[in-house]
Amino acid sequence: MNQEVIRSTVVPVIYLLSTVLFIFGIKQLAKVKTARRGNAIAAVGMLLAIIGALLELGIVDYRWIAGGMAIGTVIGLLFAIRVQMTAMPEMVALFNGFGGIASALVATSVYWDLVVQRAPAGTVYQALGTDEAITVMLSILIGGITFTGSLVALFKLQGKLKKGQPILLPARHYITFGLLFASFAFGGIAVAAGASDSVVWVLALSAVALILGVLLTIPIGGADMPVVVSLLNSYSGLAASMAGFVIGNPLLIIAGAMVGAAGLILTQIMCVAMNRSLLNVLVGGFGVADGASGGGSDEYTSVTSCGPEEAAMILENAESVIIVPGYGLAVAQAQHAVRELADMLKARGTRVTYGIHPVAGRMPGHMNVLLAEADVPYEELLEMDVINSEFKNTDVVIVLGANDVVNPAAMKDPSSPIAGMPILNAHEARSVFVVKRSLSPGYAGIKNELFEYDNTMMIFGDAKKVLQGLIGEVKDL
Amino acid sequence: MTLGPLLIGIYVFVLAGFVGFEMITKVPPTLHTPLMSGANAISGITVVGAVAAATTGAPTIANILGALAIVTATINVVGGFLVTDRMLRMFGRKKPKALKAEAAGVPAEGREAVSK
Repeated sequence: MNQEVIRSTVVPVIYLLSTVLFIFGIKQLAKVKTARRGNAIAAVGMLLAIIGALLELGIVDYRWIAGGMAIGTVIGLLFAIRVQMTAMPEMVALFNGFGGIASALVATSVYWDLVVQRAPAGTVYQALGTDEAITVMLSILIGGITFTGSLVALFKLQGKLKKGQPILLPARHYITFGLLFASFAFGGIAVAAGASDSVVWVLALSAVALILGVLLTIPIGGADMPVVVSLLNSYSGLAASMAGFVIGNPLLIIAGAMVGAAGLILTQIMCVAMNRSLLNVLVGGFGVADGASGGGSDEYTSVTSCGPEEAAMILENAESVIIVPGYGLAVAQAQHAVRELADMLKARGTRVTYGIHPVAGRMPGHMNVLLAEADVPYEELLEMDVINSEFKNTDVVIVLGANDVVNPAAMKDPSSPIAGMPILNAHEARSVFVVKRSLSPGYAGIKNELFEYDNTMMIFGDAKKVLQGLIGEVKDL
Repeated sequence: MTLGPLLIGIYVFVLAGFVGFEMITKVPPTLHTPLMSGANAISGITVVGAVAAATTGAPTIANILGALAIVTATINVVGGFLVTDRMLRMFGRKKPKALKAEAAGVPAEGREAVSK
């Protein structure tokens, strides 16, 4: 077969096959029983796509391609194998950033090759065509925003950058819109400019895109990072799609558009779970004390605390226990300890279930992944809608490192920043144990009135250590 | 009516977007993170474009940019699919511990229904 037939027939068929595999893969990823197979199918689709791309090239100098892939594979492998289950959200953010910058680099490379190196005499739109020139600029813009935005999200998830608190610059909306306008202007000028003049404008566009990614993400609090990562995931799909327009490859356009749409839907699902609009999340500044926010004082007046011994005595007589996990569980790596405690209680005849808030942890499904790692039976994890009616008939609720998702202020205080957010009704149980390192506020940055309730007892300490203490006490009962 | 390549691209883009929307409407929360991660790996498809951008051995700026794109996109693809698999492996596996829980009174039927 000659190269012409391969390019005109074989490669497009391979790309089509790859597209179909992506569609099947994503569809199966959305169902529990087929999810793992779906992921594998999508990976096969990707392998086919790469084979197709290499066939399309024919005989070229493979050294750089092979070298780049080898380096990328090793780094990707190391990241994927070494990352802790608890750090999954950070990992997704990081990979997402790499995907975004890759699309921007592809566009820049095409621009550099076709314009600066091959057609230094003409203008950019003459060398690339107007459509392609515009999509080059869009790729750089979206890819750049995705890259730095993802990195900021990563740092915020790690609790760096002011411990994940929103960082609010004065007049930030003006700055953001100004920069966005500037990026369109720079891109437009670059498209119209002569080849050698355009370089400085493309660099300016890249710089503005990178700054925009930072500025768009820093005002958003750590608790909203799942939404941001999901949205950035959508952006990286869009960036890949734009890169597809640049190189005229329908596979990139399709896969990118699907990921873009899927990311947007997930983002929407998460916003609904927090009872907030996407705009409200993106404007940022959520949970920053500005004097007027939140009812009442931020000081706690009547908090009861106890140790593991006392808690174990109450657990001894409990017939039903609901465990409400949160980010603190992930930080303390306490997922195995919690299952051990649950197993001991179950052996004593206690009914143990887990109440999973849709935004508990730092990603939707974060808690499910963690608890699954510790072999917690899947059917014991109950979603908010299912379990909320059960709290009032429950003897003991153990809140493990969760805060805002059990704050009754969301229901009772209309002036609270989290007013209207659906919460787990943990306060309705007969006794509530809140395992927490201190009384410091959660990511919403507000006081939790649950801690002051008469039926609440605080157990201060690291979630894992407290659980180990409880396990020891329950053993001695 | 004849469609230029740009318009065909836009048609494809819009229709693929709708496919994406339709696929993701109903997903159990458990799978949100793996799904996000898997979709993210697919966005590494830009590796196909990156491969086309580094086709000579010459150390030109275009080639260096292309090679960097290959590295970053490959990290996205390899890491993304592996991490997704690691997460999903935890839902599917049946270990002795889980069987012990079954023996301790968790109804076998319910377990089957979920893990199938």
